[in-house]
Amino acid sequence: MRDRHNVRGLLALPAVGGLGALLAWGFSGMPPFGSFHGFYGQLLNAIALPQRHTTNVVTAIVFDYRGFDTMGEEFILFAAVVGVVILMRGDNEQPTMLQRTDRVHSDAIRFFGVTMIGVGVLVGLWLAAFGLVTPGGGFQGGVAIASGIVVLFLSIGYPAWSKLAREEALDPFEGIGAGTYVAVGLAALISGAPFLHNLLGPGTPGTLWSGGSMAIINWGVAMEVAAANLLLYSEFLQRYLGPKE
Amino acid sequence: MIIATIAPLQAVALILCALAATAVALCLNPLRQIVLSGIYGLILTITFVTLQAPDVALSMLVVTTVAYPLVVLAAIGRTRRKQK
Repeated sequence: MRDRHNVRGLLALPAVGGLGALLAWGFSGMPPFGSFHGFYGQLLNAIALPQRHTTNVVTAIVFDYRGFDTMGEEFILFAAVVGVVILMRGDNEQPTMLQRTDRVHSDAIRFFGVTMIGVGVLVGLWLAAFGLVTPGGGFQGGVAIASGIVVLFLSIGYPAWSKLAREEALDPFEGIGAGTYVAVGLAALISGAPFLHNLLGPGTPGTLWSGGSMAIINWGVAMEVAAANLLLYSEFLQRYLGPKE
Repeated sequence: MIIATIAPLQAVALILCALAATAVALCLNPLRQIVLSGIYGLILTITFVTLQAPDVALSMLVVTTVAYPLVVLAAIGRTRRKQK
């Protein structure tokens, strides 16, 4: 056994050495730490606020300047979660003993857990709402909302969680959230402007109504991401406590 | 040139990153590994904050400390129960 390890090590040596040399060569030619040569980045920093009235330039880039790419990314998440749901779908069997009786008994955990659900969801909504003003946005807000709600499983138990995180309840949110993006894009197309053109005008900088159409896209993404994450958790937790195979 | 040289806080964050990443790679127990990977994610989050990228830091925070560990922990728990 020991010999086989040594042979493997010897065989790996040239590859590791070659990769290491490539890495060292690459690092030796890097620009100095923190120096930034991206012309496009400097340009967007200068024009995003006057053009789009959003104080968070990152969100303006994600939902407007490269809005079409983000739509593709959103549907990658959508397709991935649909894939997981289809792969893990059971034959609708009866809930197992574990699924019916799973319960957290500590009063302290139950109390602080329920408090944390409120805090988590509120932070998520805040991140999503102010996505165009301060760091954050629909994606971060959506994952935070889902993280808040999954505390229900961690602090109360599976029965309470499974009542809320049902596929029939989450599917519409995921679909409508993802569809909102396309609808905003098509609305611009129908009115004669390019796809995803900002129809609503830029709004007032620094307020919740800055960014125009981006605000609608942002809330759609928040809804889609929250529902997609909850669906993912729901499938994994159902399997976790599911029947033995 | 926005940041000409590396700030002490950034240096500390980057060194912690290297240590945590090595720990994740060297850990052989999946359960400990996922906890370590969560800690590594948290350190990466701090690194992004020191590099003035709060948007990336927020994405990193919610994904590495909740979404990823939860899915992996459920999978580990499931395989352990099957082995018993």
